[in-house]
Formats: sequence, C-alpha cells, structure tokens
Amino acid sequence: MDYVMDFIVGGLICLVGQILMDTTKLFPAHILVLFVTLGAVLSGLGLYQPLVDIGKAGATIPITGFGHNLVTGVIQDVDQYGLLGVFTGALRSAAGGITAAIVFGFLMALLFNPKSK
Amino acid sequence: MPVLTKEQQDYKRFAKNKKPKPPLLKNMIMAFIVGGIICTIGQIILNFFVSRGLTPGQAGGPTAIIMVFLGSFLTGIGVYDKIGKYAGAGSIVPITGFANSIVSPAMEFKREGFVFGVAAKMFVVAGPVLVYGISSATLIGLIYYLLNM
Amino acid sequence: MKKLGSQTIKFENPPSIIGTATIVGPKEGQGRFKEYYDLILKDSIYQEKSWEKAETKILKEAVEMAIKNSKVPTDKIEYLIAGDLLNQIISAGFAARELGLPFLGIYGACSTIAQGALLGSMIVDGGFAENLVAAVSSHFCTAERQFRFPLELGNQRKPTSQWTVTGAGAMVISSQIQNPRITFATVGKVIDMGEADPNDMGTAMAPAAVDTILRHFQDTGKTPDDYDLILTSDLGSIGKHIAEELLKQKGYDISNKYSDCGVLIFYPEQDVHAGASGCACAAVVTCGYIYKEMLNGKYNRVLLVATGALMSTTSTQQGETIPCIAHAISIENL
Repeated sequence: MDYVMDFIVGGLICLVGQILMDTTKLFPAHILVLFVTLGAVLSGLGLYQPLVDIGKAGATIPITGFGHNLVTGVIQDVDQYGLLGVFTGALRSAAGGITAAIVFGFLMALLFNPKSK
Repeated sequence: MPVLTKEQQDYKRFAKNKKPKPPLLKNMIMAFIVGGIICTIGQIILNFFVSRGLTPGQAGGPTAIIMVFLGSFLTGIGVYDKIGKYAGAGSIVPITGFANSIVSPAMEFKREGFVFGVAAKMFVVAGPVLVYGISSATLIGLIYYLLNM
Repeated sequence: MKKLGSQTIKFENPPSIIGTATIVGPKEGQGRFKEYYDLILKDSIYQEKSWEKAETKILKEAVEMAIKNSKVPTDKIEYLIAGDLLNQIISAGFAARELGLPFLGIYGACSTIAQGALLGSMIVDGGFAENLVAAVSSHFCTAERQFRFPLELGNQRKPTSQWTVTGAGAMVISSQIQNPRITFATVGKVIDMGEADPNDMGTAMAPAAVDTILRHFQDTGKTPDDYDLILTSDLGSIGKHIAEELLKQKGYDISNKYSDCGVLIFYPEQDVHAGASGCACAAVVTCGYIYKEMLNGKYNRVLLVATGALMSTTSTQQGETIPCIAHAISIENL
C-alpha cells in the first residue's frame, strides 16, 4: 500500500517543528499556534489541498491539517449560509475532534492518575 | 523584555557558548520517524473507513476521533510522555499531541476537584491552538465572504 | 561587632548543627548519596492523596527525625524555620501545623536551606533561642505542576533543564558546643544578569553565586585555601562551569575544591540533563553527605553557597528576566 508519502509528508512537518523547537527560543505552544495558523492561511490560499492530495493523512494528522480542516469548514459554510457561515464553519468541522478531546479527557481523568516520575 | 545593560549583554555573550546544544540531528530523525508513524497509523484508519463506504472527506471526521482517543488513552496510561521524551515534535505536532495536551492537565488537576481542577484546567495547554486556529480560520472565512460578495 | 564588611556575619559563639535528617524520593535514592539518606521513599506520593500532601508529610517527618537525632526533647525546640518552592510555602506551613512549633516561614527558592541556617544561627548566636530547627522541602511533581507542565504532557526537556529533587532536609541548630559549627554567613543580594530562559536556571544563577562568594572572601579576608570544599546548591553542569570561570577572572581559582550539589546528586545515567535543583537539592546533600562526612573528619571547613531563582510563572510570562540570590554559610569543625 502506498503509505510512503504519508510517512514522508507527516514526518517532514514534524521535522520542521523539531528544528524550530531546538534552534529557536520558541516553546512548543508557540510552534503549535504557528502551525495551526499556517495551515489555516495556506488552506485559504488553496495551497494546503495539494499537500493533502500528496500526503493524505501525512498532511491532515499534524496540527497544520487541523488549521486546514477549520478553513475548509468555514468556506463550506460561507458558500452555504453566507455571513453566518463565517462563525459556524470552523467549529462545525472540528466538532468531532474537539468533542472527542473533551469527552476522552474527562474519561481519562476519571479513570487514571498521573504517574510519579 | 527589559533592555539589557552592557554588563548583562557581556554576560549573555560569555554564557552563550557554554550552553550545550540539543542533539539536533538525533531529535530531527526521531521527530521525522515518530511523526511519520503516527500519520501512517492515521492513514490506515482512514483507509479502513473508506473501505466501509465513506469518501475520504467524510472519513476524516471519524479518523480524527479515533486518533484523539489513541492520544488520550496513551496519555491516561502514562505512555505518551515517554514517547514525547524521544519523539519531541514527532508526538507534539500530530493531533494525538493535541489530545495529550488536553488529557494531561485534565488528569493532573483532578486533585483540585472536577470543577476547578479537571474541567477548568483542561484547556490550559491546548487553549492557544484552539483560539488561534479558530480565530484565523474565521478571519479567512470573513475575507473569503467579502471577496465573493 | 558581629558584622564583617558589608554582607557577612561572624558568629561570636558559632552555633552547632547537632542533628540532621534527610528523606528523599526513589530517584534520589538511586543516586550518588544513597548511603547517606535517613529514608528513601518507594514512591514519591508516599501514600498520600496528592503530591502536595506527600511533600508536607516528607518535610514534617524530616523535621521530626532531625529533632530525634539531635537528642533534644521536642519541647525544647524553640522555632521551626522552614520553606519550600510552592505558592504560599504550603509544604512548610502545613508541616508546621502538624508539628506545632513556633513557625517562621521563609522563601529563598533553592537557597532556602542556607537562608534558614543563617537566620537560625543569628537567632541562636544572638541569644534568642538555644535550639531550633531549619528545614526545607521540594518535590519534582509539585514543582512541575506549579512552574511547568502537567506530568503526563509529552514535551521534551532541554539539555539545560534541571530536575527538581524530591525530598526534605532538616538540621537542628543549637547553642550546645559540638562540631560541626556555623562560623560565618554571607547574606546575598539579588543579582539579575538579564537571563530570561526558565529552562536554563544555571546560567541565570551563576552570577549570584559568584557575587556572594566574592563578597564572602572580601568581607572575611579568606581565600579558597581556607576551605576544604566550596559547594554550590544547584548551578548544574553549565552554571558550575560559568561560576568557576567568572571566579577565575576575578582572581579566585576554586577548581580543585569546588562541587555543586545539583551535579552530584544524580548519576549521569539518571538522565537529568544539566543536573538537580529544588530546595531539597542543597538540603539533602548538606544534611546528609556533608554533615556525616564532617563528623568523620573528611571535611573540616565547608562553604555552602545556595542559590535561588526568584521568579514566578507570572513574571516570566510578563517578559521579566530571572533575578537570583545566593546565601553562603561557613560550616567548620573547630
């Protein structure tokens, strides 16, 4: 199966993140904010979809893909609902992932404790 | 950031070459490999949903949910931070890292209760990603709307 | 006059350290000084419901053990001087609640044990008490969740990062005449050389250590030859190197008798990067290894220089740099 491009594209995006972590004063939080915004901007310019076409999950799984997902959703909703879509689209398309994070977060907090280090 | 005096600038210069650099090549390789593996796992899950009749676009949603579950579960059992030690950005950048950043404070602050601990602190690490992701997407959406009016 | 120069105290009747105790977590118990600790925990949560409660218990029990080791009855212990890293020094406050001793809570970050020892010595030498106990604690998990990140977060530590020691150290300071004794103390000034990286404390704290060491030598007229060992608390491998060089530039070569608790506590294989930190870092080494080896006569004159970084997460987020302080105490067999 052609998982090669997934691996390479996903790996490269993470590699860029690692370089930023190790060579600049940026904290992971800054880098994630940068990546999600970058994903959104590239998506808006129509430049992220080609990366998704090549890398598939390698482009959608990293946090840049989350930015792309948000913008795709906004654009769909603007096409469908006009101005209202500006406010509904982002969260609607990320609904599954965010709800899962909240619910699983709560569940794991119920079930597990942090381990001594 | 306060402006540094000459003495402070001299010290900064003096101390700069005493700082050990992170093992950049090793970190880059690990980030590439682990990031690649996590994305490949995502692709396998996506392909599974496509084989069940969903379009790739439709399969994205359930795939994200399962990846979030994996990240959450590995965080819950105390494994994700061990991966992160070696993988660095390879485990922080994928959506599993997003899940880890939500689940880890939720677990951590359980001792401060389920309202002020778990619930209030859940987004203390991931908050910025959501705020800036949603805000930038909304802004782009607004621009798109205005351009196409 | 008990004052020398601008920042140093010479004790007229040098108070004695007549008993100590150290309790450490499992990681520390696998480190270099495992033979010297009074208690090594199997789990750093110590059967409590939270790490904060565990840290309080560790501090309380270290104090109780030190008092027992000193052979002074508890009702003759007149003050507890204690501190830790947590907001509002809750470990010390809640331990004091359990212990029921008159309590003076202090904060000096990782310099707290030296600060406590010098204040305690001033109280005893000044005739304000005959016996008191100075103690500090720190805990990796409580420090991480307050200053840094949730424990299960998958972030990657930098090579300059240090590991907060889980443990507590306590010493009973007395007017009884018994070795080892606290002969001098130099109170530090806050020094800020503009370092702002909370992942590199060593570079931030080294100038404070150097400032206090220089002040100590200038005020007392002593030189490195007057000591068997000069020990900083937690500069780590980077800070230690910087401090040595800065002192050399000022004409003091301490390289053949200089160590740092942060570098010594853990073995390199324990992978703590630049070294250990935390209030307990200096405390468990001083109250354990140093105290016992001074009783043996391996060391007779030790200068402990404990450093602390006086920032908070708020100050760092507001773009402030990291102000640091170092206090020195001279411990000698007379």
